Amino acid sequence: MILLFYIAGAVAVIATVAVILQTNIVHALIYLILSLLAVAVCFYVLGAPFAAVLEAIVYAGAIMVLFLFVIMMLNMGQQSLDQERSWMGPKVWVVPSLLASVLLAQLLTVLSQYDQELALTTVDVMQVSALLFGPYVLAVELASILLLAGLVSAYHLAKK
Amino acid sequence: MTFEVGSGLSIGVILATVIVVAAMLIWVERRLLSFWQERLGPNRVGPFGLLQVVADMIKIFTKEDWVPPFADKFSFVLAPAIIMTVILLSFSVIPFAPGVGVVDSNIGVLFVLAMASLGAYSVMLAGLSSDNKYALLGSLRAAAQMISYEVFMGISILGVVALSGTFNLREIVLAQEENGWYIIPQFIGFVIFLIAGVAESHRLPFDIPEAEQEICAGYHTEYSGMKFGMFFVGEYLGLVLISSLITVLFFGGWLGPSFLPGIFWFSLKSFAFIAFFILLRAAIPRPRYDQLMTYGWLFLLPVSLLNLLITGVIILSTF
Amino acid sequence: MLTLIKDTLTSQVVTLWRVFSHLWVKADTVEYPDEMPYMFPRWRGRIILSRDPDGEERCVACNLCAVACPVDCIALQKTEDEEGRWYPEFFRINFSRCIMCGFCEEACPTNAIQLTPDFEMAEYERQDMVWEKEDLLIDGTGKYHDYNFYRVAGKKIGGKDKGEARNEAVPVNVRSLMP
Ligand code: SF4
Ligand code: SF4
Repeated sequence: MILLFYIAGAVAVIATVAVILQTNIVHALIYLILSLLAVAVCFYVLGAPFAAVLEAIVYAGAIMVLFLFVIMMLNMGQQSLDQERSWMGPKVWVVPSLLASVLLAQLLTVLSQYDQELALTTVDVMQVSALLFGPYVLAVELASILLLAGLVSAYHLAKK
Repeated sequence: MTFEVGSGLSIGVILATVIVVAAMLIWVERRLLSFWQERLGPNRVGPFGLLQVVADMIKIFTKEDWVPPFADKFSFVLAPAIIMTVILLSFSVIPFAPGVGVVDSNIGVLFVLAMASLGAYSVMLAGLSSDNKYALLGSLRAAAQMISYEVFMGISILGVVALSGTFNLREIVLAQEENGWYIIPQFIGFVIFLIAGVAESHRLPFDIPEAEQEICAGYHTEYSGMKFGMFFVGEYLGLVLISSLITVLFFGGWLGPSFLPGIFWFSLKSFAFIAFFILLRAAIPRPRYDQLMTYGWLFLLPVSLLNLLITGVIILSTF
Repeated sequence: MLTLIKDTLTSQVVTLWRVFSHLWVKADTVEYPDEMPYMFPRWRGRIILSRDPDGEERCVACNLCAVACPVDCIALQKTEDEEGRWYPEFFRINFSRCIMCGFCEEACPTNAIQLTPDFEMAEYERQDMVWEKEDLLIDGTGKYHDYNFYRVAGKKIGGKDKGEARNEAVPVNVRSLMP
């Protein structure tokens, strides 16, 4: 099982790097979806099946579809490909790489101090829901009010 | 090797059966449609035309498989593979009979929904990579239609999930053994699931993404040979999947009088729904795209939410 | 919303039932190669060249059919016998172009060219679809049994012009306006 976790993790990392390096935006999106699915597998292996499936449904299944939907509307041709390629110059890489290496260093120090075994207890849907509607009910309600507001305003805009 | 849930043998048998059944549906659909339209349908190749499927398969395999030079080859080849993979994966959580199945997942229902939402990529990538106006229009329609109807599909199942208290499809069937089939308490959920299922597998009357009278063949306009065959069989696989899901969720799966094995009852019920979907195709004309969307968001969404609410109230009050 | 539900029940469900009930209706299909459909006598199918009741070729090589043909699939060439009577030296119809419109039959003054109810004309070779006079000419009168063009029109023979024989009317002067 833990081997599966490492494989999925490696897939996620490689796919994410591919997202950044791809110049064709549709291919980049496909890699992003792959990366999200790999993260979902990681969740599943770590004992959070509910989070894994929600990752697949919400992120890979709905949000990325909307991204693709928008790309369909924008007429991406050879021109945008060339533009992307020109942005890939070495100068652009300096600052992001510096920032990323700082983050990596932090992550490594944290990980080196963490010497517990991975606790692989499965948290099933019932427990997650009990938590959501128990201690975190306020957050859930706030989020739902936000979504409701979004729904109502979308309806209003569509009516005009 | 034994034949039990998750053994290699049962995985192989289920995979082969599902694909063969989906391929046979090509013949079944044409025959049934023709009976309802007072024709005879394909009856020349073999007894009753049964070998028509073989003939069609030979044709599909030997036809030129052409990738248009202007297409984005990576996505173009990926698209038909996605639909087949995703739908075949969905079959893995379906409990066909006691001891027959691939996995008994605790998140079976959610897994099916996740796979259905990934299925949208197949259609969208196909249309986008074809670099063709009709294909693009088709996949735009498909994207909107599939995302919207996924929502109602999910909400309509939640009533069943709330009643049985589990996302495990096998346990849902077992719960129906005690409480009776969920078609009775969840009739509205059933109707919504049926409509959303038709829209999700874009079968007629909701085949708006591939409406050939308006936009050629929609997203698979540029496809030929085996890649087109995968879309074609994928559509029938989706039909089988939706029918078996309805059977499992609302009609008690394999439950039935015990003089025949469970798998028989499962197949009988599923086939009844497949036939019903074919009847829908024969009888109902295609709505307009905006009508479909309005119907979904302004009718199905409130009704399915109300259904869920009332189900919740009833469950809580009988606790 | 209630009207929508009512409409669904009264319209869609009734439609479903009506279509379903066709399951018990006998199919209209005629299983063609096993069972020959009835072909109407005036069906426009394979073209023939007929003979008059005396057994002479009817065609006078007037080329009207070739002119009338919308797809130009008739080709013929005129020749004469020693009496000066016209007949086609060759007469060729390319059936791979013919659209069976029947215009040639309409145009023909002698009822020589006629369409028949035979439609089974598939060939493996395209060249086999080109029919010559030997293939087209039949030994009968086709659809019009008593018609003989020269009995109506009269005929010039050696030493006798049109209208000069006994029991023969003078030809109509087509340029006069008198009845
Ligand atoms: S039937 Fe029409 S197309 Fe055929 S030869 Fe006669 S005039 Fe030409
Ligand atoms: S078939 Fe009739 S129309 Fe054609 S050339 Fe002969 S006589 Fe004239």
